[in-house]
Amino acid sequence: MSQSSVALPALRPRARRTLGGSLLVNELVTMFRRNRNLALLAALALIPVALGVAIKLSTHRGRNGGGFIAEVSNNGLFLVFAALSLTLPIFLPMALGVVSGDAISGEAAQGTLRYLLVAPAGRVRLLAVKGFSLVVFSLVSTAVVSAAALLTGLALFPGGQVTLLSGDSIGMGAALVKAVWITLLVAASLLGLAALGLFVSTLTDTPIAAMAVATGLTIAAGIMQAIPQLSAIQPWLYTYQWSSYADLLRDPVYLSNIEHNLLIQLGYVVVFASAAWARLTTRDVTS
Amino acid sequence: MTGETPAIATSGLSKRYRGGQLAVDGLDLRVPQGSVFGFLGPNGSGKTTTIRMLLGLISPSAGGSELFGEPVDAGHVGTLTRVGALIEGPAHYPYLSGRANLARYDAADRTADPRTRAARIEHALEQVGLSNAAEKKAKAYSLGMKQRLGLACALLQPRDLLILDEPTNGLDPQGMREIRGLITSLASQGTTIFLSSHLLDEIEQVCTDVAIMSRGRLVSEGTVAGLREGLKARLVVTTPDPAEAATVLKEQGGQDVRAEGRRVDCDAHEDLAPDAVCAALVGAGVRVLSFGVERPSLEDAFVALTGEGFDVAE
Ligand SMILES: Nc1ncnc2c1ncn2[C@@H]1O[C@H](COP(=O)(O)OP(=O)(O)OP(=O)(O)O)[C@@H](O)[C@H]1O
Ligand SMILES: [Mg+2]
Repeated sequence: MSQSSVALPALRPRARRTLGGSLLVNELVTMFRRNRNLALLAALALIPVALGVAIKLSTHRGRNGGGFIAEVSNNGLFLVFAALSLTLPIFLPMALGVVSGDAISGEAAQGTLRYLLVAPAGRVRLLAVKGFSLVVFSLVSTAVVSAAALLTGLALFPGGQVTLLSGDSIGMGAALVKAVWITLLVAASLLGLAALGLFVSTLTDTPIAAMAVATGLTIAAGIMQAIPQLSAIQPWLYTYQWSSYADLLRDPVYLSNIEHNLLIQLGYVVVFASAAWARLTTRDVTS
Repeated sequence: MTGETPAIATSGLSKRYRGGQLAVDGLDLRVPQGSVFGFLGPNGSGKTTTIRMLLGLISPSAGGSELFGEPVDAGHVGTLTRVGALIEGPAHYPYLSGRANLARYDAADRTADPRTRAARIEHALEQVGLSNAAEKKAKAYSLGMKQRLGLACALLQPRDLLILDEPTNGLDPQGMREIRGLITSLASQGTTIFLSSHLLDEIEQVCTDVAIMSRGRLVSEGTVAGLREGLKARLVVTTPDPAEAATVLKEQGGQDVRAEGRRVDCDAHEDLAPDAVCAALVGAGVRVLSFGVERPSLEDAFVALTGEGFDVAE
């Protein structure tokens, strides 16, 4: 074993620890380059376009829906609110359920989890990167709906003064600012679900199962909200205050439900991010 | 090199998987720095399980291990930056190119310097002969190309220890030779190699030390030469007169004489001088076509230690 005297490996110079931002950047680039995720975003962008066209065609024939949809033909900006209220109950949670349920389980199923861990990524750091990228995905997917709705709305319908739910009128610029705030609120409404999905994805090596659970939960929560006997637990459901963003369209803004919603989301994030941490840092990675 | 911290040291390392399977049972292993260490054993004997514990992927049920003197546990990743690994075959992001796969794994290592990343990736691709296919999506890679990409991932940084679980699986003959050459050259630069393989020729060619596992236990540990010495050499005669030859061998004091077709052999112990035996054979009128002493191969040693059975242990 004369070779062992050749070098003193332990003394080799090494790069100092960087902040670890590289993995986050790489995760985000990978996320938005992946065809599946791009398809999800494209489908989300198509919904407001289809909605706008449908409203345009039906108003020509003199029929009209209610709520935001009724307002769209008067002011294109309302297509943003209409599109968000249409996608928040089903399509946005579905997209987020897929991406969050796949976060860790997808890596495990591919076998890439073991190579990330021996790289070494660090289990806590990997979970943090996955969690942060889910926040970004919530924001991007909601922004895609809003942006597609804004462009479609302005192309198909008139603009001008916006009449709020409280009856006051505000200018186009002030209404755009409200649209941005509402987009942020809707994105924040998805964070509880994202944390839940992330936790589920640490439980299994089968991404399809985790995605099914994460998307199914939203449907289950919707059903539970419709059952009056369950009124005691309803305020604890992450879907309970999902429609609270509409309160931004009042003047003055009615904050109580919005605060309740943010509190619910924060609670889910704390509980399920901790559970995901407890699970991932102790589990055996054999796949 | 006594007194130097070993690259790998385990004591009483055991793993019982959920479901009751005892996969590794009280393993005491010492891999000296600078060695090329062969880790052998039949299917299901616990090699991959051991490697997973060494890398902190699974936690042992009992016992523990150290890499370069630092204890391994799932949360502690400090020493892993010094280790490159291939565990139970390669794994990749099918929708990313070979180069993008390496960039992702390199980004995962927080001690890796982003400024030298591109150059290090090129070098790793070159070392495994993948430079020309670097832009291809990993899902379009052949079995051997995937294996090469997995090796490139282990070579992204200068490593002090490489843990390779069947590194030449699926490679073409040129690829195997290249990888073997690569292992030898890395070893000569001071990298410790821990190599699990079923290709005993490969182990014989590159390894300085070997350990053999069977049913989760270590059944032998030592140098390749030492392992073979444990088996007796055989005196072998090829002749058209096997019956006469067998009689002569027995007269000369040969033990365990076996005749099979034109081949007659017996244990070659010290009292049995080959020249005398050969002269006796010729003197007795046996037509000797060939005569010699056969050294046992590593394969013979392996089978002798782990049993002939083909079926995997429960
Ligand atoms: N994830 C797991 N869960 C339960 N049992 C397992 C798991 N992985 C391996 N085992 C069991 O542990 C034992 C050792 O398996 P291991 O993969 O370590 O063998 P090996 O020596 O690497 O075999 P091979 O030569 O086939 O790669 C086997 O009996 C196997 O069935
Ligand atoms: Mg194995």
